[in-house]
Amino acid sequence: MATQISMPKLSDTMSIGVILDWRKNEGETISSGDIIAEVETDKANMELENFEEGTLLKIMIPKGGKVPVGGTIAIVGEPGENIDDLIKEAEASLQSAAVEPAKEEAAAPAAPKLDVPPPVAAPPVAPPVSAPTAGRSGRVKASPLAKRMASAKGLDLGTILGSGPGGRIVKKDIESFMASGGGRSLISTYANQLPALEQKDVPVSQMRQVIATRLLQSKTSTPHFYVTVEVDMTKAVELRGALKEASVGSVSYNDMIVRASALSLRQFPEVNSSFYGEIIRLHGEVHIGIAVSIPDGLITPVVRNADQKSLIDISEETKELAVRAKEKKLKPDEYTGSTFTTSNMGMFGVENFSAIINPPEAAILAISSIVNKPVVVDGQVVPGKRMNLTASFDHRAVDGATGARFMKELKRLLENPILLIL
Amino acid sequence: MSFQNFDVVIIGGGPGGYVAAIRAAQLGKSVAIVEKEKLGGTCLNWGCIPTKALLKSAEKFQSIQHSEEFGISVKDVSVDWSKVIGQSRTVSSQISGGVEFLMKKNKISHFAGLAKLTSPSTVEVNNDGKKVADLKGAQVIVATGAKPRRIPGIEFDGKKIISSKEAMILDKQPKSMLVMGGGAIGIEFAYFYNAFGTKVTQIEMLDQLLPAEDAEVSQTLGRSFKKQGIDLLVKTKVESVETTSKGVKVTVSDAKGSKVIEADIALVAIGVEANVAGLGIETLGVEMNKGFIKVDENFMTNVPGLYAIGDIAGPPWLAHVASHEGIVAVENMFGENKSGHGVDYDNVPNCVYCQPQVASIGLNEKAAKEKGHKVKVGKFPFQASGKAKAIGEPEGFVKLVFDEEYGELLGAQIIGTEATEMIAELGLARALEATAEDIFRTMHAHPTLAEAVMEASGAAYDQAIHI
Ligand SMILES: Cc1cc2nc3c(=O)[nH]c(=O)nc-3n(C[C@H](O)[C@H](O)[C@H](O)COP(=O)(O)OP(=O)(O)OC[C@H]3O[C@@H](n4cnc5c(N)ncnc54)[C@H](O)[C@@H]3O)c2cc1C
Repeated sequence: MATQISMPKLSDTMSIGVILDWRKNEGETISSGDIIAEVETDKANMELENFEEGTLLKIMIPKGGKVPVGGTIAIVGEPGENIDDLIKEAEASLQSAAVEPAKEEAAAPAAPKLDVPPPVAAPPVAPPVSAPTAGRSGRVKASPLAKRMASAKGLDLGTILGSGPGGRIVKKDIESFMASGGGRSLISTYANQLPALEQKDVPVSQMRQVIATRLLQSKTSTPHFYVTVEVDMTKAVELRGALKEASVGSVSYNDMIVRASALSLRQFPEVNSSFYGEIIRLHGEVHIGIAVSIPDGLITPVVRNADQKSLIDISEETKELAVRAKEKKLKPDEYTGSTFTTSNMGMFGVENFSAIINPPEAAILAISSIVNKPVVVDGQVVPGKRMNLTASFDHRAVDGATGARFMKELKRLLENPILLIL
Repeated sequence: MSFQNFDVVIIGGGPGGYVAAIRAAQLGKSVAIVEKEKLGGTCLNWGCIPTKALLKSAEKFQSIQHSEEFGISVKDVSVDWSKVIGQSRTVSSQISGGVEFLMKKNKISHFAGLAKLTSPSTVEVNNDGKKVADLKGAQVIVATGAKPRRIPGIEFDGKKIISSKEAMILDKQPKSMLVMGGGAIGIEFAYFYNAFGTKVTQIEMLDQLLPAEDAEVSQTLGRSFKKQGIDLLVKTKVESVETTSKGVKVTVSDAKGSKVIEADIALVAIGVEANVAGLGIETLGVEMNKGFIKVDENFMTNVPGLYAIGDIAGPPWLAHVASHEGIVAVENMFGENKSGHGVDYDNVPNCVYCQPQVASIGLNEKAAKEKGHKVKVGKFPFQASGKAKAIGEPEGFVKLVFDEEYGELLGAQIIGTEATEMIAELGLARALEATAEDIFRTMHAHPTLAEAVMEASGAAYDQAIHI
């Protein structure tokens, strides 16, 4: 039995929708979830999703037509079905909903007018998406120089924001408008200047497959909880500088965090564990995985017995592992068997993130960048160097308080990094 | 001693410090200002103001000498040196008193004494070696200014080798004087002493007086100085200074060789150095730049909450710059800079108050070309100005530099009487981005010297009427 598809209310203030384009033609089969048309509302251009099954028998509103919310835009049914009555019904309802065209954009959602162009007519000129208008009302304040520059360059001062006293447009504003590409034609400014993106289907690599399976399993079967601490890295920064100066080698913050994690894990064996249903295994060794991103995924080389190694040893080993990881030359025992993992996005300027646990481990540490920011010390605002660490814990193996204490210890070690070289 | 707390504590009562203090008080803040000498700083006590009084004496004396051409004969003209100096000191102390009144009126706490920073937010005040106050400021501004720079190896003795400070209070007019330095201060003293009959030799290491000025302006000034009787030596270097029982023996050298010049007194006016000694900033780790305190665009040093303005914060070393920096610093630190304005270092007027006066703002022709501008230059000589002729001051010219494309006013240079007053119009024109046409079409009263500005803008586009 045929049914009507009506214009849905796509935003809470929408009263009218404009059919920008039909994605399906009369006679095509459509099913639930298909995008059948593109609609312009008062807020945005949106896709119109279909919830009916059948054949698109009749398009009531052609491309470019306007229709009030609730108005019938199309009829769906079985091929060959008689839909004359439905069409009449739809036309009648559309007619009765008509209002004065001039008011169609006004806040009178009750009875907007139907404005259907004849199907053969040329498509109406699309409204410029957000073409600048002469904007602010009244006199435009601009310096004489700015006025000259604008008229020489064919700019409409009404489209330029002024930064001078009282919003006066000055030379600088014209220059920055030009620099931002505003100087080209007023309309084309907003037109898409970028080459079109191409849709591509990429085969899933083996590595990606593994990542997908393991992470999905982890995220869906491990009850994660997250603990974030902010670490004062002032001394760590100093230590790093001092080590460099003393030509001890370039120890990274990551190395310090690996060492600090190893030391903390010794104190909190629950964090260095695996939940195996019947038992929780508290590992007898501390092996720390370091997530390294490589072209088609990521790999986690492992620093074995990291708690037994000095900062310098960790540093050298990590560097060497990372090089080979990037070359995909790691041996299996070099990237398996970790009991705890660290993931570092500090180099991307990330301020905070959380990671998915690498099963069967009980925790993973997400390392963000060191940020210069004002902090309060003894009631005074002073410059500080702070870094966020967020650990994800498996709640089956680790309790909240234990997680918190582990993080507190980690923070303490990093804030007193001398403890890392003792 | 317990701390007295303020929203802002300002060290130094010069045009940087006292103006900042008044602005902060206007914003309803509690303000302390510490000054070791007299309020008003170098500017009011040993700089801008007293020198202008001295220069006026020189000008009056010169104009009396030239009064014949206006039909006035004056006989038995005599100069009472101590009164010349006295007048200058009186003006200074009157104005310094005025600043003291302004502090009271704005309820600013004035502490007399030497300030020392004991931390970025605390200031100890000592008077005669005794601690008189401990101040704590949520913000602290250092505005301790600068003092005359010495030439390495040539020490000031205050009698025969002197700085500008002594030069403005000499108890006897010297018969001869050697002025080292062709900057504003050296020029003003050279003019002043020469006008009263001292035999002046002025030495500049670079190739012109006012090395940063437009070459034509500097040449015009140099010619005028020579005509007035000053012995001007450019591209000349001071090698050594020896004091003798009579005065000084100065060895100078140029491309042709060296020679010895003798004079009663040598005035060293080669620039300034920062007043940082004993302030305590070294221990706070305050970052410096070429001997001056380094600040950001909010005038904050690398130590949060500690600010520096005026001469101490580096060039340009001018009173109006110090004051503007003080205002912007205060408005920014209290979040009151609603329009977000900064200090526009491209629009600083530079003035020299000798006769003929020199004033400039923005770029000169050479600098504009170096910056890649295609320029149009308009020049109007005071010779062609009715007013300048009428008052007997036909020396000099107005030169305006425009960017060819839109007629943007890039800079202005004026040499001539009242040049320093006329430059204000061009500062405003630049601030409001007036173009050549705007200036040309602005009606200027006739007859005025300022008409020359209008004419110069016309001249850039071959539309000047009177040339
Ligand atoms: C001869 C001469 C002529 C000049 N003519 C002009 C001119 O015509 N136009 C112009 O724009 N500029 C002129 N200047 C420059 C002008 O004087 C300075 O640029 C201006 O004074 C700078 O202001 P300021 O507030 O930074 O410092 P200053 O005016 O130097 O004030 C600093 C104050 O801080 C005080 N102080 C220093 N240390 C301490 C401390 N530890 N504790 C307490 N108080 C302290 C000093 O006693 C001083 O009063 C002239 C300078 C000289 C020397």
